[in-house]
Amino acid sequence: MSTQPAMINRYRWYELISIYAGIFLFLTFILAPFVEGFLVSLKPLGLLFTSPYKFWPENGSFAAYRTMWVSVPGFARYIFNSFFISIIVTAIVLILVVPASYAFARFTFRGSGLLLGAFLAVNMFSGAVLLIPLFRLMRTFGVLNTYFAMIVPGVAFLIPSAIWLLRTYMMRIPRELDEAAFVDGASHFYTLRRVILPIAMPGITVVAITTFIGSYAQQFIFALTFNSKTEYMPLPVGLFAYFGRQEVIWNELMAASFVGITPAIIVIFFLQRYLVSGLTAGAVKQ
Amino acid sequence: MNVQRSTLIFAWILLLPAVLYVVVIVAYPLLDTFILSFTDASLKKTTNWVGWINYEKIFNTTFAEVIIRTFVWTFFSVAIKMIIGVFGACMLNAAVPGRALFRVLTMPPWIVPMAIGIFMWGWMYNGQFGMISGVLQNWGIIDGPIAFLARGSTAFWATIITDVWIGVPLVTLYMLAAMQAVPQDLYEAAWTDGAGRFYRFRRITLPLLIPSLITMSMLSLIATFNSFDIIWILTQGGPNGETTTMIIDTYRTAIGSKKYGEGAARAVLICIFLSIFCLAYFRVTSRLSAGESNR
Repeated sequence: MSTQPAMINRYRWYELISIYAGIFLFLTFILAPFVEGFLVSLKPLGLLFTSPYKFWPENGSFAAYRTMWVSVPGFARYIFNSFFISIIVTAIVLILVVPASYAFARFTFRGSGLLLGAFLAVNMFSGAVLLIPLFRLMRTFGVLNTYFAMIVPGVAFLIPSAIWLLRTYMMRIPRELDEAAFVDGASHFYTLRRVILPIAMPGITVVAITTFIGSYAQQFIFALTFNSKTEYMPLPVGLFAYFGRQEVIWNELMAASFVGITPAIIVIFFLQRYLVSGLTAGAVKQ
Repeated sequence: MNVQRSTLIFAWILLLPAVLYVVVIVAYPLLDTFILSFTDASLKKTTNWVGWINYEKIFNTTFAEVIIRTFVWTFFSVAIKMIIGVFGACMLNAAVPGRALFRVLTMPPWIVPMAIGIFMWGWMYNGQFGMISGVLQNWGIIDGPIAFLARGSTAFWATIITDVWIGVPLVTLYMLAAMQAVPQDLYEAAWTDGAGRFYRFRRITLPLLIPSLITMSMLSLIATFNSFDIIWILTQGGPNGETTTMIIDTYRTAIGSKKYGEGAARAVLICIFLSIFCLAYFRVTSRLSAGESNR
């Protein structure tokens, strides 16, 4: 990123206008559903179902944000469930991935390239393809309709990108550090724990954040298939509670959605630097 | 390179937990899917070996149509994602005031739980009360309300647009990172020689972006091919199966109708396609990196 706009980056007025117009067009596409969703959450249900269409909510109010807790009493629980599942998933992923990434970053042995490729190949198969055997497997473990039914498969599909990210990060840590520790008589485990882990902490943080976001965003299919107990439902499935027998309570559904995404939005604003670097690691060769 | 025995053991100890986990949760189910596809497994207690019957059944039904539809759906979704993504990256790469904020505003579709974004689109597509139909009517572009999800042809495109929306942030930020990795002195040299902005983009940015563009399209292809949530929440594959892709069909057969065997045969077919994409991806990326080191 350049620090000051050099001559080369000076735009003429019509260039500036077209750039801003382009950005406006692009962001309109990205943000339109959120704007519409927010306006819907402000409209009373009666006003929603009127034609012709009105963009702005007349006599809009935040009433839906109060009534949503009454219509679906379990909603707070769904948010808690989403958080709980994501935290456990993130913890398990880190426990598995930190040592494995270190091994991939430092040691080359016969088949290590192939093994890394195999890990990455896991990314190719979404959970949907493996649902049937996973269902049977969960049944055998006896964890259907528990948190674990959503945690266990969730972890597996977040491992590949986490390994890829952390391996890239760890490869940047100079090898001389390991060697120095080794010369001083430190064991492999000691080196990993006392030398590498502290230095790799920023990278581990990035992996933790992206894993958490990934887990929070993608809980749908396993929750839909492996869990039918209301009290364990995460947010994406729990929102279906607003789909009544007769009609969908759209304004409350949207209000609940906004309450549900608030954590994600907060995360974006505070950690966006980490997110971008996590997202694009490996995209660019050093 | 001579690897000491103790080092080798240490490496494997580190790898073992992750390897075991993936073997049990991914590799074993993959194998199980393959075996199941040759049986008539269902909710019944007994399971019989039936050979190729499940595969024969697939091709006696409309599944060939589903396969073609899946490819068309995936193709358009990936193509539009790449076009909008590169466009967005170009815009966000411009050194204008506010660009840091614009970058943050790109992220929400990717970061918000997918189901929530899809619900919002579901409302927007509503014919009577939704935004798209409403605004188009207010502007006089269409005469009457269009229920986008209730008609086959519009539902097909509606699901694509939603898929594009969810995928665009990733493509945009990835391409943006790639653009920023282009050495600045190339631009400065061209600028000194009097090359205009558009010329610089066409002759410097674009050629250097090709590897990232190919990599991202392949990754996007695999993710899009696997897309489930969007279609399931918006249309469940309807109306009249016009948005039924392979994944949706598999889910409906296996989980909906509890025909595990037939579902598994469909899943195996998906896996075969995915493996082909996967091989192509590794082929292309290794060739790209080989080309880079030759330079």
